[in-house]
Amino acid sequence: MAVLEVKNIGKHFGATEVLADVSFDLEEGSALAIIGSSGSGKTTLLRCLNFLETPDRGSITVRGETLFDADHPVKGQEKDLRTKRLHFGMVFQAFHLFPQYTALENVTLAEKLLAQEKPDFKQKKREILEEIEAHGKTLLDQMGLSERMDHYPHQLSGGQQQRVAIARALALKPDILCFDEPTSALDPELTGEVLKVIRGLAEQHTTMIIVTHEMSFARDVADQIIFMDEGVIVEQGDARQVIDHPREERTRQFLTKY
Amino acid sequence: MFLSVTQSLLDGLWTTFQIFLFTLLFSLPFGLVLAFGAMSRWKALRGLIQTLVWIIRGTPLMLQLIIIFYGPGLWLNHNIWSGSEAGRITATVVAFSINYACYFSVIFRGGIEGVPVGQREAGEVLGMTKWQIFFKITLLQMVKRVVPPMSNEIITLVKDTSLARIIAAYELTFAGYSFMKSNGLTWPLFYTGVFYLLFVGILTLLFNYIERRLDYFR
Repeated sequence: MAVLEVKNIGKHFGATEVLADVSFDLEEGSALAIIGSSGSGKTTLLRCLNFLETPDRGSITVRGETLFDADHPVKGQEKDLRTKRLHFGMVFQAFHLFPQYTALENVTLAEKLLAQEKPDFKQKKREILEEIEAHGKTLLDQMGLSERMDHYPHQLSGGQQQRVAIARALALKPDILCFDEPTSALDPELTGEVLKVIRGLAEQHTTMIIVTHEMSFARDVADQIIFMDEGVIVEQGDARQVIDHPREERTRQFLTKY
Repeated sequence: MFLSVTQSLLDGLWTTFQIFLFTLLFSLPFGLVLAFGAMSRWKALRGLIQTLVWIIRGTPLMLQLIIIFYGPGLWLNHNIWSGSEAGRITATVVAFSINYACYFSVIFRGGIEGVPVGQREAGEVLGMTKWQIFFKITLLQMVKRVVPPMSNEIITLVKDTSLARIIAAYELTFAGYSFMKSNGLTWPLFYTGVFYLLFVGILTLLFNYIERRLDYFR
């Protein structure tokens, strides 16, 4: 069964239709790349999944649980919304690390705050916090940042910052990790290190949705590719097939630019 | 003479210091509340606060002080402040707190709105509550942004305390002035200035220290 089912998502900003009628499924352990020109609705789609935008139409279901249904809106309790959000992780184009915290603190902050809600937090405070700390260190280690844990964001390169952001998103063990153009804010010589990390995650079968302009990367790393244009899915299929042998004329035209 | 002038000025300084301290103590949190209100999604509340800020910033603090000190006595036929020195200081602190909260609220709002939206969104997708986002992420970044404009306002507050003389609170300027009135001495006025300079000097050092302490992040 698909871990994520997105059905008929639609979204307007004023009179502009940003997403028309977007539906797709995502299998557990697979990577989906979303490509398309700027303004095609890719980022808005990711933001809808992360509840940063509310769709006008459609539904979002994770592991059989309907998190959002425009036809049956629930007047959201903040706590429900937070729980729903935790199914998704988000890596932003501009990193958005918290500047006043070190790399390690960035990774562990949310987990520590969530732990405070556990009933046994007061009794086992030290163990729980140590565990979170250790988990954060492991994640940064995996990102190749063991030497940079105590650095503040402004002391890190863009590529390092983005890797911290990936560790931060992984810390809460989301079902689906979303990347919004993770290398678009990086200098060309720094994109490689971030792509390598994402490639590593794909090899470990992390369920991912990657909005990207790196076509060859999408082709190599993703299982499926969706090409979007003007708020609709124009073409969807096996990654290599979409890049190497697109069926649709619009996809072909788009790919000639790369 | 020098000793008795010093003694009088120290008395005045004590009143000045109390007005300064209590005004800060009340106006800082009140200013933050006003800043939240000014960013509220309720239009009526925003309008109310905008009007309050307009009135308070648009009229002299001295006028506000006179109204707050004398007004109740004339309207209610009962002076709620009592004629004592403590009553005068209390009235001054009330007038000053309202006035400074309005100025602070504008600075705070700028500081909060200056924190990139991405910071809040990053907190949201990590499942943080609104208050966690404010206290753990926004607040310190806001503080860093508002230290320079706040230090301006707070230094102005030191000198604005001299307005309390208008309701006969025996603050520092009143103390220095009284020697000119009674003995025709002008040097106590300059001596008074030295007290203000020292007060502001210490504050400046404190603000520099805070700025340096917040220098570790950008």
